[in-house]
Amino acid sequence: MRNARYTKANMMGEEIRPIMVTVRESEETLEAPSAPAVTVEHLNAYYGTFRALNDVSLEIRARSVTAVIGPSGCGKSTLVRCINRMHEVAPGASASGRVLVSGEDIYAPDSDPVQVRRHIGMVFQKPNPFPMMSVWQNVVAGLRLEGISDKKRLEEVAERSLRKAALWDEVKDKLHMSGAALSGGQQQRLCIARAIAMEPEVLLMDEPCSALDPVATIKIEDLIRELRESFTIIIVTHNMQQAARVSDRTAFMLMDEERAGQLIEYGSTAQIFTNPQDKRTEGYITGRFG
Amino acid sequence: MHAIPDPPAPAPQPVAQRRSGENVGDRVFRSSTIVLAAVNPLILGMLALLLFIDGWPALQKEGLSFLATTTWDPVFTEFGTAHFIFGTIVTSLIALVLGAPIAVGAALFLAEYAPDWLREPVSYIIEMLAVIPSIIYGLWGFFVLAPFMRATVEPFLREYIGPLPVIGALFSGPAVGKDMLTAGVILAIMILPTITSIAREIIKAVPDQQREGMVALGATKWEMITGAVLPYARAGIVGGVMLGLGRALGETMAVTMVIGNSSAQITPSLFNPGYTMASAIANQFREADSDIYFSAIVAVAVVLLFVTAIVNGLARLLIWKMARGPVGLRI
Repeated sequence: MRNARYTKANMMGEEIRPIMVTVRESEETLEAPSAPAVTVEHLNAYYGTFRALNDVSLEIRARSVTAVIGPSGCGKSTLVRCINRMHEVAPGASASGRVLVSGEDIYAPDSDPVQVRRHIGMVFQKPNPFPMMSVWQNVVAGLRLEGISDKKRLEEVAERSLRKAALWDEVKDKLHMSGAALSGGQQQRLCIARAIAMEPEVLLMDEPCSALDPVATIKIEDLIRELRESFTIIIVTHNMQQAARVSDRTAFMLMDEERAGQLIEYGSTAQIFTNPQDKRTEGYITGRFG
Repeated sequence: MHAIPDPPAPAPQPVAQRRSGENVGDRVFRSSTIVLAAVNPLILGMLALLLFIDGWPALQKEGLSFLATTTWDPVFTEFGTAHFIFGTIVTSLIALVLGAPIAVGAALFLAEYAPDWLREPVSYIIEMLAVIPSIIYGLWGFFVLAPFMRATVEPFLREYIGPLPVIGALFSGPAVGKDMLTAGVILAIMILPTITSIAREIIKAVPDQQREGMVALGATKWEMITGAVLPYARAGIVGGVMLGLGRALGETMAVTMVIGNSSAQITPSLFNPGYTMASAIANQFREADSDIYFSAIVAVAVVLLFVTAIVNGLARLLIWKMARGPVGLRI
């Protein structure tokens, strides 16, 4: 089919030109602000009767890195855990409001949380490879859950994901060793490879570097900047320098008088760090509290 | 940022000097713990040695046929124990096959599914089951379980599984009620609480990050359990099962009351009454009217001690291999 088209284009000569134009157009659409990848509308989250999020609304741009910063307990983790419906896994936890991912409400009554999580990857604070699985089994664990068992395809995806996670060169000779036999930084990149193997629409990262040493942290940050080309990334961090280094946009959260998390300010990272509009944001980023 | 001056480094102190400064109380305490720790291996050594000395005449007379033949005839002083060993292994295996899946299933329910208000009471009841004296299980087995097996379970098994090829041989012959199968069932009940409580603790100790990692990949609860929880807990659960097996191998009183105590030959049928090593000792030690008979009974105890030691060693090997996971393992 494809060969036939190529042949036809070659024969006609000038037919090649429209194809090149199409490519340039799609590059332009990448740069231009597009429809938000994630839209959070009036999100409230609860643990039992305790309200952890108070009416949070924000829009996350596609193929960009959005950092969520704020002091401990301000609800940043809860916010990202609501975006893949991991929040409700905790006993007694619930959420209300709307979260649109690619235009679809993941909290719609007919939405299946298991399916939602297959499209939204998550990387946790502490690297959590499955120790009883080998490195490559770890990477394809999600695909196996989807019922894909063709070994050739799994191996392809594993290699591609490990390369994308900048881990391939370090582990290509250790693919059959336990995932827990790697160093902490490698384990975290393995978890990132495991998440991106599913080709998620959004990649959530909940303080992915807080358990790592500075060298491993730098590697993960470099990786996040690279992954920005292919994924929409939301990263929670308690490290403001990290947010400034890796993110395009930053959301600052704080808890209100009833200890529920609130979105205080949201804007481009440059604006938040150089020209914060809210007194509280300024206080936090200049280190006056938090 | 102000530079904080380095504190002056403390002068290195020679190790020997510190050691000699050890306080008298410390030294007394250290020596006494050594003595206390030595008590255990001493007891085991003395036990094994004395059993071996008393059992030696029978072992010497019978040689390898003590383990390999099935004639146990005190009158003609022929002592073969292969059928006792067979009985011990078969009843313990039945106990494992029946007990381990139920125990692990119950542990999974308690650790992963049960609501808080149910978890504690049920766990408490299971721990109660573990401390019931074995004579009570034996009495219940004798008066309730054995008649029930004879009248209901065994005829059912014989009718529906008996005609099947290979496996049918296990369920053939007259249903007596007091046989290997009943002994295995009572053992399964007795090892249930041991395995359940250990497996529950092990499953509870699986880090939540492992569960979350699996759920975040799009696993259902069941996939999370089989994909993340059970593999992580595998080595520990096998350890619990092995402890249960240890209990089954040595259990005496309850088995003696329901196994039928007959020196019948080895047959495939589980409806065959028999002996385990432990029940043979319990049944016969008072009848030992000659020195060689007594020696033969003690020699059975020696064999039982060795079998349990070997099973324990194998169990440790198995756990060690499992806990190693896939390091270096080819898929």
